[in-house]
Amino acid sequence: MIENRPYLNALAHLTLILGVCVVALPVWIAFVASTHGATDFMSGTIPMWPGPHLVENYSQMLGGGLSTSGTPPVGTMMLNSLIMALCIAIGKIAISVLSAFAVVYFRFPLRGLAFWCIFITLMLPVEVRIVPTFQVVADLGMLNSYAGLSIPLIASATATFLFRQVFLTIPDELTEAARIDGAGPMKFFRDILLPLSRTNIAALFVILFIYGWNQYLWPLLITTSSDYYTIVAGIKRMADAVDGLPQWHLVMATAMLAMIPPVIVVIGMQRLFVKGLVETEK
Amino acid sequence: MAGAAPDARPRAHFHDPKPRYPMKRTIFNNQLLPWLLLAPQLIITFVFFLWPAAQAVRQSFLREDAFGTRTTFVGLDNFIRLWNSPEYLNSLQVTAVFAISVTALSMGVSLLLAIAVDRMIRSTRAYTTLLVWPYAVAPAVAGILWWFIFNPTIGIMPYVLGQLGYDWNHISNKGDAMTLVVIASAWKQISYNFLFFLAGLQAIPASLREAAAIDGAGPVRRFFDITFPLLSPTTFFLLVVNIVYAMFDTFAVIDATTEGGPAQATNILVYKVYFDGFVGQNLGSSAAQSVVLMVLVAALTVIQFRYVEKKVAY
Repeated sequence: MIENRPYLNALAHLTLILGVCVVALPVWIAFVASTHGATDFMSGTIPMWPGPHLVENYSQMLGGGLSTSGTPPVGTMMLNSLIMALCIAIGKIAISVLSAFAVVYFRFPLRGLAFWCIFITLMLPVEVRIVPTFQVVADLGMLNSYAGLSIPLIASATATFLFRQVFLTIPDELTEAARIDGAGPMKFFRDILLPLSRTNIAALFVILFIYGWNQYLWPLLITTSSDYYTIVAGIKRMADAVDGLPQWHLVMATAMLAMIPPVIVVIGMQRLFVKGLVETEK
Repeated sequence: MAGAAPDARPRAHFHDPKPRYPMKRTIFNNQLLPWLLLAPQLIITFVFFLWPAAQAVRQSFLREDAFGTRTTFVGLDNFIRLWNSPEYLNSLQVTAVFAISVTALSMGVSLLLAIAVDRMIRSTRAYTTLLVWPYAVAPAVAGILWWFIFNPTIGIMPYVLGQLGYDWNHISNKGDAMTLVVIASAWKQISYNFLFFLAGLQAIPASLREAAAIDGAGPVRRFFDITFPLLSPTTFFLLVVNIVYAMFDTFAVIDATTEGGPAQATNILVYKVYFDGFVGQNLGSSAAQSVVLMVLVAALTVIQFRYVEKKVAY
């Protein structure tokens, strides 16, 4: 703040409070809807204050699910989402950290070509090449499996670039010292590089976990068996079924459950989250 | 300042041409090991990225007959058909309107919020926490939430708009449908833009604004003459990121709310690729659309890397 202007401060606070309310509005409405019974929506508009059915609705969704929509219990879908998000986050970090190590610390023929192969994945988001990618996964027999859910999404140029950037800032003297002490490349990698990039790995993990949890199109396409439905893709199936018979309170309870884990991650690890977000865009 | 060291950091790299792929001075000499380390990444990239992309390019030159038994090489015909298809041209136009609206709305709101938070001293962190969490909400869930709010029969917004004399119905009204998907997509992106704008604002030295204030420039003048120009690298970066987001990451928002309707009014390019390929089973056309999209992403990526990097590092 450069100078004290009380009316500007008041205006700024007002803007922010308004902004926070607008940002929170959809979630508040969803929460309110998820605490009411089925009949409360018949009367016209949705109520603005929470009702008495919170525990009932959530426990019904977690344990039983919405039988009319053919989706499994939300608990199962959340577990699937968790497995997929963890596989994607850990997988991306593992393969990227290894390839960044190779690109930065070794000189070998075709190094430039390998680098470009990784770089080009930036230009091929899954939505863009969706039909042929689906065919490949179908041909490999990976439909309806955790491998099919996660592996096609784990190649990442962004993560490789991030680790390359981190490794380039690590002083050469450390490598020299390690070599003089007789450490081979893998020992150097395990005992020096990995511990030094610990915070970067954690920050990236936060971002990638959210990325994995929030996947939609891919799980929607490759899971036809309800055992592998993820929650974010499952909500849509539920809402579609709901068109005929309004079960809004249950759909909104599912939406709340779908956003709670990633939101907790963002708020609980805000520092790491911001670091990860800024770094992956460098 | 007496005794101040001459610039401690070596500036040599401003004069030397940068090595194309920077690497370490001290390296390891194995020849096989780097390939083993690269193998997982390269195999996945090849199987799930390069191979499908090549398939898309190949299929874009082919056409299957109605029974899927024969495929013939048709040259650029799929692309020419796209160019002559009113539906595709409509989709291009819808995408442009959608991307510009999402970018403008989301960046405008975020900039306003970031400027307000930047004024705060003690409450910065609290407000930031309250504004960043929508980043974690899946686009599909964001779509469902806003769809519920705008639901013509029970939603709260149509009720409010009805009181004001507007009859909201995104199921039949094209403009309403577009407004709905723009709001849902922009809402989701506010936290991202906000964080980058705030970081950009906080990187502007306070001394510049102080000097301007001493010279008598008011808050509005200071914003337009100092803050906004100095923020331009961030703004430009976010512009590219938001356009990419609106064009490629909003599939879930569209699918969860309007499914491209009514009457193609929200059928953006990524949605059309999916719809023509999976629902319409028109593989040649879908593949040609994929190729067009790849060229678009490639162009945007190059802009992001070339131009943005240069401007940010001034």
